Amino acid sequence: MMFFKRGASAEAKTGRRGRGVPEGLWTKCPACNAVLYAPELERNLRVCPQCTHHMRVSARARLRMMFDPETITEIGAGLTPTDFLPFRDSKRYADRLHQAQKQTGENDALVAAQGTLLGLEVVACAFEFSFLGGSMGSVVGERFVRAANLALETHAPLVCFTASGGARMQEGLTSLMQMAKTSAALARLARGGVPYVVVLTDPTTGGVSASLATLGDVLVAEPGALIGFAGPRVIEQTVREVLPTGFQKSEFLLAHGAIDMIVDRRELRSRLARILRMLSGAPGS
Amino acid sequence: MPGSARTEGAMSERRLQFLGFEQPIAEAEAGRERLLAAADGGEEKARELARLDERIESLTRSIYADLDPWRITQVSRHPQRPYTLDYIERLMTDFEPLAGDRSTADDPALVGGLARFHGRSLVVLGHQKGRDTKEKIARNFGMPKPEGYRKALRLMQLAERFRLPVVTFIDTPGAYPGVEAEERNQSEAIARNLAVMSQLAVPIVSFVIGEGGSGGALAIGVADRLVMLQYSIYSVISPEGCASILWKSAEYAATAAAALGLTAERLHELGLVDRVIEEPLGGAHRAPEEAARRIGDVLGEELEALLALPTERLLAARYEKIMRYGVYTSG
Repeated sequence: MMFFKRGASAEAKTGRRGRGVPEGLWTKCPACNAVLYAPELERNLRVCPQCTHHMRVSARARLRMMFDPETITEIGAGLTPTDFLPFRDSKRYADRLHQAQKQTGENDALVAAQGTLLGLEVVACAFEFSFLGGSMGSVVGERFVRAANLALETHAPLVCFTASGGARMQEGLTSLMQMAKTSAALARLARGGVPYVVVLTDPTTGGVSASLATLGDVLVAEPGALIGFAGPRVIEQTVREVLPTGFQKSEFLLAHGAIDMIVDRRELRSRLARILRMLSGAPGS
Repeated sequence: MPGSARTEGAMSERRLQFLGFEQPIAEAEAGRERLLAAADGGEEKARELARLDERIESLTRSIYADLDPWRITQVSRHPQRPYTLDYIERLMTDFEPLAGDRSTADDPALVGGLARFHGRSLVVLGHQKGRDTKEKIARNFGMPKPEGYRKALRLMQLAERFRLPVVTFIDTPGAYPGVEAEERNQSEAIARNLAVMSQLAVPIVSFVIGEGGSGGALAIGVADRLVMLQYSIYSVISPEGCASILWKSAEYAATAAAALGLTAERLHELGLVDRVIEEPLGGAHRAPEEAARRIGDVLGEELEALLALPTERLLAARYEKIMRYGVYTSG
């Protein structure tokens, strides 16, 4: 299947690039520095077997980890971004897009799909953080809305894995408006009685955090993820003091009542299925 | 009318402050003041005054004829620019401020309450910056914390319950990025407002009167009609913030301002803003009464049109408008 092939190649590529280890056979854990055998790390869902640090995962790999094999159909894959302003800093936005597309194998920073999760029909989307920092522009917004609309039509619960630095500056105010757009679609979904669960992953900040990422009926976070409205550097510049350790990490959010739970990635699939089945009135499996 | 470029009304007590690019106007104005202070010069003094008035007006006209986005940004942040409470005072009667989010605090950076406009009762709210140093600090430079957005939410839901239209004034550098704001979940406070406003069953009209700073602005700006003052800005990120990320230095703020397309004119072209209100010559701060009158005219028209719509049509139109945001190709 196309979905699997694209995912596999993109992941292999980023794996190689990210670690700078030839052939991508060995990976160093950024938390404990353990040198890990890559295939084994992948089998462990990119959770370090030594220290349980949760490494970042590509959007396509995310969805593959969650859905039952061979059940995935992509949503809104034909939507493509354009440099409509046009925007130029040291590089043209058009060139940045092209480069990100080549690097990640994705055409924008969100992948959406429908399929089943342990037999339950689910619509899901996942942010690709290596695509311009997972930033939300027109395509991310529209693709998310299409996924939410499909969830509403089919009464299938919606799941979103977030990983984003916020709105995409290169699309100007249009990208800010994607916050309104995705939130409006979610308000409609909520009114339609369809469950929406967010899995907050490292990192989730800015405009994505202040819209679709915090509107879930249930908010789950992966351990140790950075989650917040403003990035720590911006806050440090504002308050001019060193931030407390663990500030804006999942555990901090849990303690402040901002999220429901922290779930280890290796248990995520079964826990998600259990929650979604209860919310959507399906019998226990 | 000569002299119309100078301020009038309640704010005229204070001396007009000039921005860097307004220096030629400032010099002419200083000359005028020197002349005024001088001993009585009879007819010649009167002629000279008239000549200077004309010069000030023509200088202002020519400088303001072609403001670039960075200069517009500076005007939008002018320390004497009318703020939310200045407009409420001029446009509305019977204002009853309402305070608090009922859980944490009252946020002075976000004000609002019940008021009457042309006799009709409504809910009005907006960001509020401070004038002097003490008030600026008290109002946190117009940057609300989560309790501010939750107060706004409470007021909007109050409006819905009693079928009152909502008017919002946007003027903020952004939502406050601080430790306690994060602890109280700034993200959720903003997101909740976006979701609720998209379905609020009463008309919403929003005016960007100064700075429309990112999510902190949008959190009270999901509206049926979005109106901008000519020299206000609305942006996904501040020009300084954008410059420091993409150009690696805040010194490129002017370049970033141009790239972001944050002016009322450009945003109207892009279809993101419904209406632009022309400001008095030299900016709203020179003639706050006139600026308020122009806002009042637009508000009257918009409310009349929106109140004529059945709620279902109002909400459907708002939803469609929100869904149209975005530019992409679909193959």
